Amino acid sequence: MTVVQWGAVPAPRAEQPKVPSRWQALRGADRSDRIYKFALTLLALALPVLIIVMLGVLLVNALPALRRFGPSFLWTSTWDPVAEIYGAAPMIFGTLAASFLALLIAVPLALGVAILLTEFAPRSVRQPIAFLVELLAAIPSVVYGLWGIFVLIPFLRGYVVPALKAVFGWTPFLQGVFYGNSLLAGGIILAIMIVPYIAAVSREVLLAVPASQREAALAMGATRWEAVRSAVLPYGRAGLIGAVILGLGRALGETMAVTMVIGNRHDIGISVLQPAYTMAAAIANEFSEATTSLYLSALFEVGLVLFVLTVAVNAIARILIWRVARGTPAGSSAL
Amino acid sequence: MSARAVRRQLVSRAMTALVVVLSLIAVLALVLILGDLMVKGASSIDWAFFTKSPVPAGQSGGGVANAIVGTAIIVGLAALIGVPIGVGAGMYLAEYGTGRLGFAVRFIADVLNGTPSIVVGIVAWTFIVKPTHRFSALAGSVALAILMIPMLARTTEEMVRLVPNSLREAALALGYARWRTSLKVVARTALGGIVTGCLIGIARVAGETAPLLFTALGNLNFSLSVTQPMQTLSLQIYVYATGPFDDWHRLAWASALVLMGLVLVISLTARWVTRQRYGRIR
Repeated sequence: MTVVQWGAVPAPRAEQPKVPSRWQALRGADRSDRIYKFALTLLALALPVLIIVMLGVLLVNALPALRRFGPSFLWTSTWDPVAEIYGAAPMIFGTLAASFLALLIAVPLALGVAILLTEFAPRSVRQPIAFLVELLAAIPSVVYGLWGIFVLIPFLRGYVVPALKAVFGWTPFLQGVFYGNSLLAGGIILAIMIVPYIAAVSREVLLAVPASQREAALAMGATRWEAVRSAVLPYGRAGLIGAVILGLGRALGETMAVTMVIGNRHDIGISVLQPAYTMAAAIANEFSEATTSLYLSALFEVGLVLFVLTVAVNAIARILIWRVARGTPAGSSAL
Repeated sequence: MSARAVRRQLVSRAMTALVVVLSLIAVLALVLILGDLMVKGASSIDWAFFTKSPVPAGQSGGGVANAIVGTAIIVGLAALIGVPIGVGAGMYLAEYGTGRLGFAVRFIADVLNGTPSIVVGIVAWTFIVKPTHRFSALAGSVALAILMIPMLARTTEEMVRLVPNSLREAALALGYARWRTSLKVVARTALGGIVTGCLIGIARVAGETAPLLFTALGNLNFSLSVTQPMQTLSLQIYVYATGPFDDWHRLAWASALVLMGLVLVISLTARWVTRQRYGRIR
């Protein structure tokens, strides 16, 4: 859980002058200055070292499983600690399915919030609404899980699922009996959790759209919505896609809340009413019970897949966002 | 107005309404969650909740004193480890971060910010729990510190960059050395913002559960030793929420309310401090 700081991201600023260091024009460095710079550089190097060490740890510990199963680990759907056969397909499927379900629900909500906050809402209510949506990110994951178990799932069982079944019951997505813990519950919880992230970054992106774009559209006689649709959204498109991908990255790695409501079953099924499993949930549930070294190694490989996937997704999102809000750290403090 | 113009205005109105409805749904989710937390949590909180440790499963009564103290210790230790590194890295980014290394560090910090916390838990397990053959609060703190560092680096950078360059130039013109200018003038000016960033980072990791599952592990008894397993509120909620007893569920809601309150107080204080200092600039 994170506190998204709507307020902490300063408005886009002018390009930094192209000097190697902002100090250069000011004063010559002596020894103590070099020591200071050296110390700060060491601390800054902690970050690249960290990401390399994380990758290294996962890779080294996953080696036995990598050697044993090869790439078929990714598409084998057996997970049998007794027979020592491990395949991550159900978890990879569950992770992707829950995340896409979450995006399906969260993207309209988050874009709605972002558009309202930048285009339609009167100035006086912008800050309060932003604050409320931001609070969603302050709720710890485990609290979402608790709420999911005792409030959301009974509500789904009592009202939502019967209604869905009555209308869409014929589709393959709503087959089977709904017991509670399910892909649907996991997807909805995830959706609520990622709304504040997507909304915060989208808002930064839309704020970075020059006012002249809006004004030009309005001056041509466009209605307010037409200005948004034809000028603002296309201008920020790459950044908005980045915001959504960033939300996807969040959803992929989210652990506790999902573990508590998704059912944790090694199954691949397209019905959202059935239990599923995610990579993060598998690690959370099975890591401390892994009795054999191959079992542990298989879980490390699951971690490796998850890590590489989220790093790639985050990197893509970041590049897209930087393209729109160049030089500004749009949403970076949020995430 | 022509019919076409009327239709366009109607579409615009309809889309505005849609956007408002979508936003209301998002806000409604928050209200529902906080409301349930208040209603179900508050009814379960009594004095014993804060002063007693848990009683054996199935019995009623008991409290989560051990988890409250554990959360404070683990998060405090994590801050001790994470804050110097994170703030230092942020100072580097703000003061010297214009080159290729600065770009790389900034990018990696942003990417690390989105890394699943469970993976960080595995890494801490590998380096601390595995070699010492023992789950420990310290391992949990290291995991939380790793989660804090990229976030603190970025917020510190933001805050330090708000310091006008003229302050720097003035200090240098008076003959201050660069390091002294950086620490005593630049960092000092941005101190309020840096503290805010640290508080928000602390609030964020205080609610983390996943990285503690196989590092701090949890502990039913009161423990102050950082080399032993230790309970936190988040772990307590997880165990109690997924357990079979009604009394556990009651304690889970109460713990959740306390944890949420803790997180909110820290982050609202941080926001309030920021607004006092920087409110007029933005």
